[in-house]
Amino acid sequence: MSFISLLWVLLLGSLLGLELIGKVPPTLHTPLMSGANAISGITMLAALTLIVKAEGNLPLLIIGSVSLGFALFNVVGGFFVTDRMLAMFSRKPSNKK
Amino acid sequence: MNLPVIIKFVIDLLAVLLLALGIKGLSKVKSARDANRLAAFAMSLSVVGLLSYYLGTSGIAIQSWIWIIIGSIIGSLFGAILAKKVPMTSMPETVALFNGCGGMSSLLVALGVAIFPISSSVENFDFFKSLINEVSISVSIFVGAITFTGSIVAMAKLQGWLSTPGWTQSKVRHFVNIVFAVASLIAFFDLINGSTSSIWLLVIVSSLLGIGVTLPIGGADMPVVISLLNSYSGIAAAAAGFVVDSQLLIVAGAMVGAAGLILTQVMCKGMNRSLVSVLFGGSLSAQSTASSGSGEYTNITSCSVEECALTLEAANKVIIVPGYGLAVAQAQHTLREVTKKLEQNGIEVVYAIHPVAGRMPGHMNVLLAEADVPYEQLKEMDVVNPDFPATDVVLVLGANDVVNPQAKNDSSSPLYGMPVLDVQEARTVFVIKRGMSAGYSGIKNDLFDLPNTSMVFGDAKKVLNDLIGELKDLGVGEK
Repeated sequence: MSFISLLWVLLLGSLLGLELIGKVPPTLHTPLMSGANAISGITMLAALTLIVKAEGNLPLLIIGSVSLGFALFNVVGGFFVTDRMLAMFSRKPSNKK
Repeated sequence: MNLPVIIKFVIDLLAVLLLALGIKGLSKVKSARDANRLAAFAMSLSVVGLLSYYLGTSGIAIQSWIWIIIGSIIGSLFGAILAKKVPMTSMPETVALFNGCGGMSSLLVALGVAIFPISSSVENFDFFKSLINEVSISVSIFVGAITFTGSIVAMAKLQGWLSTPGWTQSKVRHFVNIVFAVASLIAFFDLINGSTSSIWLLVIVSSLLGIGVTLPIGGADMPVVISLLNSYSGIAAAAAGFVVDSQLLIVAGAMVGAAGLILTQVMCKGMNRSLVSVLFGGSLSAQSTASSGSGEYTNITSCSVEECALTLEAANKVIIVPGYGLAVAQAQHTLREVTKKLEQNGIEVVYAIHPVAGRMPGHMNVLLAEADVPYEQLKEMDVVNPDFPATDVVLVLGANDVVNPQAKNDSSSPLYGMPVLDVQEARTVFVIKRGMSAGYSGIKNDLFDLPNTSMVFGDAKKVLNDLIGELKDLGVGEK
């Protein structure tokens, strides 16, 4: 992948992010922040790459593994906690209507 | 192109699409929960895509598997346990902690690659490519470190482990932070020039910069900071994407970074603060101690729980204004019992939610939803404000600054211009409060001095429990 095309990817990704959130009701600010936060744990892929390419280099394996741990803490915790919050919202209207 | 490359390309594309749909769906109440699960699914999909790609090409050594499994199990386990156990009241600090760990992960990846260059980055070595590599490593370390230390400081402050040190409110902090920033820039360029030792300088100075910038910020502004740091962790992820040459990482990181920026702006608007004043203005309370000289209350009326119950019983329409104090007292369930009784007596009950009620925008909605308050009873500020003149009783529970009429009447007040709930328009206002201490902003609340305001002193939970007893005695809700 050439650097220029990676830059394109960066640009288009940013534009997409700017477009995605137009009008958010205040109710959802907290869950949205927490959900987006979980997605930022996507660095787990970088950590995985590091471990796979470490080729038996022990310090690198350890760094990669710790990094993966931090990222997954972010991802798993983030999605779970967001789900817990959102469960409280979705419960009510479905019971009533 | 061979098969593994094509499969990975398709999976990555699908993952990006699902992640985008996930973020989009998270901004609507109806679709939010499914959207969150969709995003989680997309993330797992991306892992499958990456692992299957390596299995199909270079293969994955047993040793690598072991370290992958160790890291994933420990990280996921702690994340899941914390997410399940943490009380809803501490949501802001939890998000901050998760976010900080995401930043740490990006930092470690970049550090690892910088110290032990991995095979792919040296393969077709040319000047341009190594330059890009160095720049992305430096950015990843810089942003990752700021995200990590900033988030941890934010968490510690919200938890009450850290207070705002006095010196951070003086001009000294700008000087200190500029020194850190300049030092990081020097380390940054040194690193790009190929001096690997300056990597540690960069790690240390950018960590200090994260602390130096976050420490002076007051509790009320913390949500904005967390949201901004959340955006940073996206940028850190995108930078890590350049380091390991992953388009998926770049797209997802950029998406979160940009979306986080928008969300930060939306929050600032709701709190009537500009991002610049949040970041460089210091804590609101420190500025205001000087300006709000008229700090003495002159006309406080306090009343008993019994009086409060009698007034409530005679009301037709009651508006509840919940604040963070309510959540701290864990009284949202007791409050729900009180309102149930009132509703059974045919009294209309509505909850007025200020955009920044609680500690994060939307935090109060989560807390009330936890106590089974019907979603339809939660009214946003703009919707509920015209209703106050036709309201008999307003119960203010642990809210303070958001009901301060100064924000409308007193142009010298630091709160001036902040959107507030016009509770003083109602016939009677009861403020349930522990004592006369000031709110987050540390500013005197003119509402308490008004003739139609009565203070009910006491712990929110205890007062509400007593209120239930009194209402029972009055026969409210017994039909």
